[in-house]
Parts: sequence; structure tokens; C-alpha cells
Amino acid sequence: MTTRAKKTAVLAAVMTVGFGGAAMAEPDLDAKLVINDELEMTTIVEPAPYLDGALDQVISGWHFRDAATRAMEMDDFENPAMNFVEDGLAAWDAVDGTEGKSCASCHGAIEEGMRGVRAVMPKYNEEAGDLWSLEEYINDCRVNRMGAEAWNWDKTPMKVMTAAIGVQSRGMPVNVAIDGPARPYWEQGKEMFYARTGLLQMSCASCHEENYGNYIRADHLSQGHLNGFPTLRLKKGSLVSTHNRLFGCVRDTRAESYPKGSAELKALELYVASRGNGLSVETPAVRP
Amino acid sequence: MAASKPRVKVPGSAKAGEAFTIKTLISHPMESGLRKDKQGNPIPRKIINRFTCDFNGTNVIDMEMHGAVSANPYIEFDAVIDAAGEFTFNWYDDDGSVYTASKAIKLA
Amino acid sequence: MTYTRRETLVLGASSIAMLAVAPAAFAATTDEEIAAFTGGAAAGEGGIEIGAPEIAENGNVVPVEVTAPGAEEIMLLATGNPSPTVCKVKFGPAAGSQRVSTRIRLAKTQDVLAMARMGDGSFVQATRTVKVTIGGCGG
Repeated sequence: MTTRAKKTAVLAAVMTVGFGGAAMAEPDLDAKLVINDELEMTTIVEPAPYLDGALDQVISGWHFRDAATRAMEMDDFENPAMNFVEDGLAAWDAVDGTEGKSCASCHGAIEEGMRGVRAVMPKYNEEAGDLWSLEEYINDCRVNRMGAEAWNWDKTPMKVMTAAIGVQSRGMPVNVAIDGPARPYWEQGKEMFYARTGLLQMSCASCHEENYGNYIRADHLSQGHLNGFPTLRLKKGSLVSTHNRLFGCVRDTRAESYPKGSAELKALELYVASRGNGLSVETPAVRP
Repeated sequence: MAASKPRVKVPGSAKAGEAFTIKTLISHPMESGLRKDKQGNPIPRKIINRFTCDFNGTNVIDMEMHGAVSANPYIEFDAVIDAAGEFTFNWYDDDGSVYTASKAIKLA
Repeated sequence: MTYTRRETLVLGASSIAMLAVAPAAFAATTDEEIAAFTGGAAAGEGGIEIGAPEIAENGNVVPVEVTAPGAEEIMLLATGNPSPTVCKVKFGPAAGSQRVSTRIRLAKTQDVLAMARMGDGSFVQATRTVKVTIGGCGG
């Protein structure tokens, strides 16, 4: 190859990369997330001290999406997840189980009874002596108060219910507790976040701390916050639960993943949620 | 999954002769018939194949839809009225179901 | 810096490779759909516009808007899809404009083609290239 031919080859390569470059308008940190022209969301916050400088800024995944996807989350009518929320609201009032009760029988209107609940999940349950995710609270009510069957964490009835409960906290800051009895779970989750796993020997941090804003294949990496879950994934056209996402990330490192609802994923959920403390709850967010 | 539920967004009132926007959304998987299940068997097509909107019996739009329309079909278009009345919306499913919605509008 | 013809070809080839032009195998179906719509009449340019993202983050849900003032019917084709027809929209007397906006599936980077039958029986068409990224971890 002559020098001139080499130069041309290099330029060809640059042009090829350039096509990818055209997509790199994100993250657009100047964009403002306002839902239905009225609910102003906090999508960028200063990192908490316990992150030890791991992130310069805590940035919602919303900023990492393209303008069309971002727009879908800004209007409840255009957000396809709101259909699922409506199913969850109907289920809230529906009697189920041997005790003849609905969620509303004990908790009243979902707008009042569930406001703020999503923002502090997962949390340590004193009575149970364990860290509980929102799904566990729901199933505990179903089994022990309603006499109904527990829902699978990853199936539609549970996802529409967590979405309907979650949206009641929309706009409130994520505020999971990491001290006191929650501390050991948080420590476990932190260790998992930085542990390299799988054939690919990747940790959560490999993507979501060291490479957010970059592409993995054609996927734009975010910081991996949980403030929008359950979230509508456009590729599926349906809701994706927190544990489905965590399960999938671990699996994608080519590791044998932890079951949804397992103690491991709950601990990881707590730690990852804590990294996003201060961001507004966006449930139900829209992601590609 | 619950039955397909339509949602429509129509202004409460409009001026005669002035166009305004209508938005519609319905929950539906729009199974294209091109996908296979985990066993490798084709998943049968089940889509909404037609959508219509009428105002007091006069057509606004009539849309023939194919498998390339995304799940949870979103359709936005403009209408114009010269009197108060009612919009009716129909979504036609491959399985013969028809999902309907209606919305009254006043003259501003 | 100027380029020899050969060097320009190298540059062009790398660009075209990225654009992933629709394969000829499906082109016939697109042509058939167009022929059925127009009855073989030629379509002009102008008077019809496609609004779509230059790059779609997810091919499953691509927002597309077609506007053709004075059209009686609009047909939308995804020329690179296995089955190109997306939708055909007829506008009635109560339509406030000849505009429709929806969300469509694009199997890969391709040209989206919109064609309109106008009130006088003539046809117009427009195309727009949409690049589709294939990201999306998990799921």
C-alpha cells in the first residue's frame, strides 16, 4: 500500500465512524424533562457522598435517549406505558382472593395511599427482618390479607401494579435508605456492582460508570439508574421490571444470572437505586 | 393482558372550519406473523388491520394497517367540524373484534 | 487534497456499506405495491413530505408523519421491510388536513416511501432514508 492509499483508507475509516458520530447528539444535558407541560422532573443531581466521586453528575437515563424517545415520555398520551398503568389502576380496585378484598379495601385511593411508596423502595422491613422490594409488599398483601395468589415478579399483573403504584410517586426524589439495618444489603449490592462476572468479565461499573455516554454495539450506555422502572421498552412494546433489567445485565456478561426476586438482585437493586438518590421517580419511563 | 383499550384525545370544543388535532392510542401487540416462538413455530398474525374515525357519520380518516405498524398503534390526524356532535372511532382486529370509542365535541 | 477516481470509489463504497441499501430481492414487492396504487401512472415530486428521524434509536417504534395537502389517499411503504406496505390512509370530508402521524416498524436502515393520490387523480411521491440502529441490551 502506498502512503497515499493508506491515507485514503484511514479517511474511509473515519467516514465510517462519522456515521455513528451523527447519532452522538446524546446525552443532551440541556434537555428539560417536563411531563404533560406541568410536572418538572429532576434529571441531573450532584452525586451523594457515598459514591466517593464515582460519578461527576448523576444523570437520568432519559438524557441518553434520542429526541423522539425522550418526547414519548413527556406526554402521558404519547407514552405507551400509560395504557399499562390504567390496567394497574383497574386492578387496584378489583376484588381478588378468598377474603373479598381489593387493594383499595385497606389502602384507599391509590393516589393517596401509595404516594411516595415507590421512591423509597427497596427498603428494610422490620417485621420480616429482610430487605423487601415493592413486589414483595404487593405479594404479601395478596397472600396474607386478600387470600389471593402471589404474582410472578416478571408477569404482566405485577408489572402493571408496580407501574400504577410507581406513578403515584412520579416527580418525587428517589430516596432509598442505606443506613441502619439496610446497610449490609447495600454493602452486598455495592460489591456486586463492582465485581466482574461472566465470560466477558464485565461488572456493572464497566458499562454504567466507566462508559456511560459511549456505545456498546449500537446501544447508548446510561448510568443505569432505576428511577424509571418499571419502564416501557420500545423493543418489547411492554413494561420491563427492575429485576428483569438487572437479570438481563448480569446475563449479558455471559454469567449465570440470579433469579428475579432473589436476595442477590434485591441487594443490587438497593445499591443501584441509591446511586440515583435525588433523581425524580420517572415511572413509567420510556426507553428503546 | 387485558382486552385492547382505546384512548382518544379530542378537544372539548373547536371553532367551525378550523382544523384541530386528534390523537388515538390503543393497546395491542400487533403480532406481525413474521416472528417465531421459542420452539421455532411461527406466531400467527394478529393485528389491527383497519382504523376509522367519523364525525356525525361523515368520514375523517379510514386507514388500512399492516404488520409494520408498531405495537400499541398511535395515530394522529386533523379534523374539522361545522357543528357540535360526536366523533366515533373503530379499530378492527384480525380476530373479528371491533374496539370502539366515541367523544363528543362542542362548537366554540 | 484531491482524490483519484479509484480512491473516491473506496470512499464511496464505505459510505454505501453503512447506508445498507435495500436488497433487490424485496424491491419487486415495493414496485408491485406502487403499481397497484397508481395503476401504472407516473408519480411526480413535491407536494408530499415525510417527517421521520434521520436515525431511529429503535426500529420497532419509529415516529413517521406524512403530509400531502389535497391528497385523497396516502400510502406508506417501508421499502426494506420483508413486507413493505405499512398503511394506506384515505381522508374523508371531515378531515382537517391531509396529514397522518403514526409509529412504524423498520427492519433495518432503509428508505421510507410515501405516495399520494391527489384530488385530480395525479400521483406524487417522496422518500426518506431512516438509519436504524440495532442496539438494545438484554430483553
